[in-house]
Amino acid sequence: MTGETIKGLVSIFLAAILTENYILSKFLGICPFLGVSKKLNTAASMSLAVTLVMVISTAVTWPIYYGVLVPNNLAYLQTIVFILIIAALVQLIEITLKRYMKPLYNALGIYLPLITTNCAVLGVTMLVIDKHTASPESFHFLQAIINAFGSGIGFLVAMVLFAGVRERLETCDIPKSLRGLPITLIAASLVSVSFLGFQGLVEGLLG
Amino acid sequence: MAARKKTLWQEFTKGIVKENPVLRLVLGTCATLAVSTAASNAIGMGLATTFVLVCSNAVISLLRKVIPDKVRIPSYITIIAGFVTIVQMFIQAYSPDLDKALGIYLPLIVVNCIILGRAEMFANKNPLLPSILDGLGMGVGFTATLLLMGIIRELLGSGTVFGLSVTASFMDPILIFILPPGGFFVFGLLVALANRLSGEGKAPEEIGCKGCPLAGGCSRLQAKEGSDK
Repeated sequence: MTGETIKGLVSIFLAAILTENYILSKFLGICPFLGVSKKLNTAASMSLAVTLVMVISTAVTWPIYYGVLVPNNLAYLQTIVFILIIAALVQLIEITLKRYMKPLYNALGIYLPLITTNCAVLGVTMLVIDKHTASPESFHFLQAIINAFGSGIGFLVAMVLFAGVRERLETCDIPKSLRGLPITLIAASLVSVSFLGFQGLVEGLLG
Repeated sequence: MAARKKTLWQEFTKGIVKENPVLRLVLGTCATLAVSTAASNAIGMGLATTFVLVCSNAVISLLRKVIPDKVRIPSYITIIAGFVTIVQMFIQAYSPDLDKALGIYLPLIVVNCIILGRAEMFANKNPLLPSILDGLGMGVGFTATLLLMGIIRELLGSGTVFGLSVTASFMDPILIFILPPGGFFVFGLLVALANRLSGEGKAPEEIGCKGCPLAGGCSRLQAKEGSDK
């Protein structure tokens, strides 16, 4: 592997975290972002579970798309095939963790069933195909995995940052009709503004 | 008969105001935030979702006695994904521009929790006609909210409505409204307004969980959070 390709991978990784953050700039996975970000530790465990599922599902759906669907002219079945694979995969991961990695299961197990219909996971598997679609060489597979991993970490960063903001909001005196969801969304808007500041950063660093 | 008619009418209208899926039940937030940058995208997304919602509600309602309880969620997802694929191919064929504008969010209708939520909360317990009306009402409520957000964001963010220039002559567009932060901001204010207008000023306490099909998993989660305190 040459320096050029490593640089490419690093830039994909950083872009997935900062400039193309799934929650704050692509609006995927908003439900867990709003629902599970009340406490720092739940937010962190949920995002780790999401990262795990993102990487594993990309590793499975990518070869299936290029190995099975495209050669047979079935690419239009992408949506239905991917969502079923993810649903089955989440079950398998849950069973495997329960049997072989009890501590990890205790930490993440409770979040796994929630992830099946998480749009961020389906989103990452499909966007990765869109993006690295040119020709399915082995290197593109690596790019896809790095992208999925970076997206998961980006999810983690956004969740953890936002959990911190929300813990502060708890003690604030908020006008009555803004209490609860509205103020949470407005806070999310401000966090999202701060992520706009990363625009162009990745190109600047590695360009 | 009159009473029956009235309840059917109520099944339809509840989705538009009282149980508005976006502002009151807080479902389908991802799609709402993402495609409401322009009014025309909002309508396209709303109609596509309404079609899937009505069809999946109808099919699930007809099959409600056939599908075993244990595998109902995977069955629902398969049915919904089928209809989403139909919509996707239809839009790709007849309106490639809309397909490009909606991008990844079109196939992601599959995981829009409004659809799975209505299947789980309504269609699998009710006969065909009320289920169709429920789907239609929720779809109209979703489309209307999306359109409202689309108009607000397009007007402020690019100074146009449906692509027609409105405020451009006397005001510079405030770009941030069509960027992601503007989406969160407008949505937050609309939810606050809906809370205010509903009279009670009461916020939906647990976000999205009421209508979420995976509420079982969530309540376990909340129980855990409670015991942590």
